[in-house]
Amino acid sequence: MLDEPLDRPRPISVAQRLLAGLHLDGPLLMALLTVCCLGLFVLYSAGGQNADLIVRQGVRIVVASVTMLIIAQIHPKFLRLWAPWLFLGGIILLVLVLVMGEIGKGAQRWLDVGIVRFQPSEIMKLAVPMMAAWYLHERPLPPTLRETLTVLLLLSMMPAALIARQPDLGTALLIAASGVLVILLAGMSMRLILAFGALALAAAPLLWMNMHAYQRQRVLTFLNPESDPLGSGYHIIQSKIAIGSGGVFGKGWLNGTQAQLEFLPERATDFIFAVLGEEFGLLGVVTLLLLYLLIIARGLYIASQAQDTFGRLLSGSISLTFFVYVFVNTGMVTGLLPVVGVPLPLVSYGGTSMVTLMAGFGMLMSVHTHRKLIPQ
Amino acid sequence: MFLAPSRLKDHWREQRLFLARSIAGGVLMIFLTSAVVLRLVNLQVIHYEHFSDLSQGNRVRIEALPPTRGLIRDRNGVLLAENLPSYQLEMIPEQVADVEETLEKLTAMGLIREHDRERIDQDLRSHPRFRPTALRYQMTDEEVAIFAVARQRFPGVDVQAGLIRNYPYGPVAVHALGYVGAVSQADLERLDAADYAGTTHTGKIGVERAEEATLHGSVGHRQVLVNAEGRILQEIERSRPHPGRDITLTLDLQLQLASESALGDRRGAIVALDPANGHVLSLVSQPGYDPNLFSVGISTRDYEALRDDPDVPLFNRALRGVYPPGSTIKPVVGLAGLHYGTVSPWQRVYCIGYYTLPGHSHRYRDWKKEGHGPVDLHGAITQSCDVYFYDLAVKLGIDNLQSFLGAFGFGARTGIDIPSEKAGTLPSREWKRARFARREDQAWYPGETVITGIGQGYLEVTPLQLAQMTATIAARGARFRPMIVAARGDRATGETETLAPVALQPIEVTDDSYWDQVFRDMTDVVHGERGTARRIGLDAPYRIAGKTGTAQVFTIAQGEEYEADDVDERLRHHALFIAFAPAEAPRIAVAVIVENGGSGSGAAAPVARLVLDNYLLRSDQ
Repeated sequence: MLDEPLDRPRPISVAQRLLAGLHLDGPLLMALLTVCCLGLFVLYSAGGQNADLIVRQGVRIVVASVTMLIIAQIHPKFLRLWAPWLFLGGIILLVLVLVMGEIGKGAQRWLDVGIVRFQPSEIMKLAVPMMAAWYLHERPLPPTLRETLTVLLLLSMMPAALIARQPDLGTALLIAASGVLVILLAGMSMRLILAFGALALAAAPLLWMNMHAYQRQRVLTFLNPESDPLGSGYHIIQSKIAIGSGGVFGKGWLNGTQAQLEFLPERATDFIFAVLGEEFGLLGVVTLLLLYLLIIARGLYIASQAQDTFGRLLSGSISLTFFVYVFVNTGMVTGLLPVVGVPLPLVSYGGTSMVTLMAGFGMLMSVHTHRKLIPQ
Repeated sequence: MFLAPSRLKDHWREQRLFLARSIAGGVLMIFLTSAVVLRLVNLQVIHYEHFSDLSQGNRVRIEALPPTRGLIRDRNGVLLAENLPSYQLEMIPEQVADVEETLEKLTAMGLIREHDRERIDQDLRSHPRFRPTALRYQMTDEEVAIFAVARQRFPGVDVQAGLIRNYPYGPVAVHALGYVGAVSQADLERLDAADYAGTTHTGKIGVERAEEATLHGSVGHRQVLVNAEGRILQEIERSRPHPGRDITLTLDLQLQLASESALGDRRGAIVALDPANGHVLSLVSQPGYDPNLFSVGISTRDYEALRDDPDVPLFNRALRGVYPPGSTIKPVVGLAGLHYGTVSPWQRVYCIGYYTLPGHSHRYRDWKKEGHGPVDLHGAITQSCDVYFYDLAVKLGIDNLQSFLGAFGFGARTGIDIPSEKAGTLPSREWKRARFARREDQAWYPGETVITGIGQGYLEVTPLQLAQMTATIAARGARFRPMIVAARGDRATGETETLAPVALQPIEVTDDSYWDQVFRDMTDVVHGERGTARRIGLDAPYRIAGKTGTAQVFTIAQGEEYEADDVDERLRHHALFIAFAPAEAPRIAVAVIVENGGSGSGAAAPVARLVLDNYLLRSDQ
């Protein structure tokens, strides 16, 4: 026994070596791809068995995965160095979109950059937690009051307010959450948390005054969906019928009457969770929720293993923000929360949010696979 | 002494703090997920019966009612685009046992055309299976009767009545009007999906595209009672769609027809403007195509034929074709000479048939080998003497030349109210620096100024810009943005919104009499005894001011490659002619380009004469 050298590497499989070489994290990758594949099945049914839709979504998954792979190769040190520039660039683009929106009419979220059109708010989904983690990186934690306020007001609320003006309340909420989560994870004091909670409650009426008519309508509808069964309450009523009629085992793939007969609106995008619930029942939705929890748990594990403040806070925030996505969407579809336009992550039809999400997981993988090995 | 103890990073403590916080987050997460799961159990287990009943009794569906598209008329009220009732054969794939067999049978009965099969197969692949797919548009009454007899044998296939866009004049003015086509995925990203819920067609190009918001209208809805298979049993409630507004164009159909027939089957473009307001009176790009092909769903074969035609019928030459203007810009260069005081009207240049830059041996040849002898500005324009303008261009210098031509709108889009216009090229020192990468290419050479003086070299203009230049001369410097949409009218309310002409920065010259000089010179191009276009002036009952032009080409403007055996014809010069009339009080300005037509006086001027005749010699005016 003793003549075996102590530093002899443990034998590792080809797959492990390949993953390590590509800076990928096996468990996280498996869980992400499983959710994406499951999503394609549900989408095929939700989109009326449209093969083109599946091909387009498949292409997006591939693009998003490649983005993740590329970002996983970048050392977290560079992610940290780029954070302020990305944040600044994102803010400038948001202001630009608003200015152009003033010239155009109504909601303006897209920016046309010659060949590609994208929503600058997507950049901010990653830039805000990166910036907040960058800001706290060199500072001793827990943060002081001044640092807390800087992260909360300047780095989280300001970009969120810009996006809320577009108006895109759902995305604004997610972006604010990603910044707030960083400061919570960094150790914002309990007293402050309670104080802000109380302040938020007090500010609710003020928020109500500043809402757009359609946003108010959504909240009212949420409180009493039956009041407007053919207008904005229609979404919630039909989605509850779809989920409820699915029962424990579901009606079977492609057999959901709510989805297939077009009663359920937005069934390929924001309300795809209801299609899953109708066709695969309680078992299907709980399986998906467990997969999501697996992803988030792995993300939090990666965060806890991170070797610096930046990596730790960024990973933690990305993982928990992912949960906010899942909760806001499933809560909305099941009628627990008001209708805000947040897609079901990795499953809903649509391109940009998929790429942003996977880019975020690419950062997690980068943090995890670029650690310096410390002798135990 | 009372300084706060400097805070140091305590990694161990931070990590523990983070761990505590993430565990708290994890617990909260599990708590919230449990809330969702409990809600799901509540819906799917406890209230399963209730929701199951609801889903089976779910009978009320909301359907979109598409609005009727607005009509398009010419300036005199003649219909150019309308909606015709049409019967179309539709199939709901889900309700058909054997799709392939059904299609075969219908094809054998002559109800599906063989060449539509490819499109149908594609639609079947990309449409949801419960949505109707069109098998045949615009069925004749006879075909409807044939199907009615056999209907029993084709479950899932039915005849639907609808409206289809129709252009009664077919290819006439197609490059102005544009066409509508089936709403594509790309269109949906641009349009409001909710408002287009029931709409099948949208404007793709031309006025149909530019005025989409006006023409489309807004969607209506109806609630219908359906059975479990989705068949409509009864209508419960309906909110009417608001039909699109009608458009009146500035185009004059009569003039448009005359312009198109004047050009005949030659390739080229004609743009006629009203100098007083920028109204586009006719806009021709030949060859054209039939927009009706697109509104009924163009077959792949027809589309490929159009796309691969060496004459590029889909290409809008009037807006997107860039040509060297040749001698047609000489009046403007002459005006620049007067404006900057470089020349005076009586100053003469001795033309010996060629021009050389001082210190150079390269000969810039005149089109007339033996030379024009001594010529003044008047003679140089009427006889189109190149040497005079080589000399004038060099004296003016490229900077003055460029800024004066730029004031006429060259090198920039005119801003006409239909999409896809090109800007052409107005060369300058800056332009050359930005355009070329290599240092020796970036310098501006004097020789390039020489040929710019006769509209050759880098200078490239669209027929629309040329027409705008002509109109600007006719209006003595007043400039207008070319416009093709004159008014928008609401059929329901009877309200009409008339669009006002948009005046642009006018051209101001140092002495207003210079305009008279240009008018005189251009009139003598047509009516003078030595004018290059005197042949069209001989029997004209009104006075025309014009200018011929002949542009050298090596390849066709669009850069297409052609078969070796027709290269010769394609290498012939482009023929150009600009004119306005009556010369005393211009009512119309026109620019004509005949691709590879040979000479401006021989090929383009007679076309312009026919256009002017139609507009000015009408019995009803």
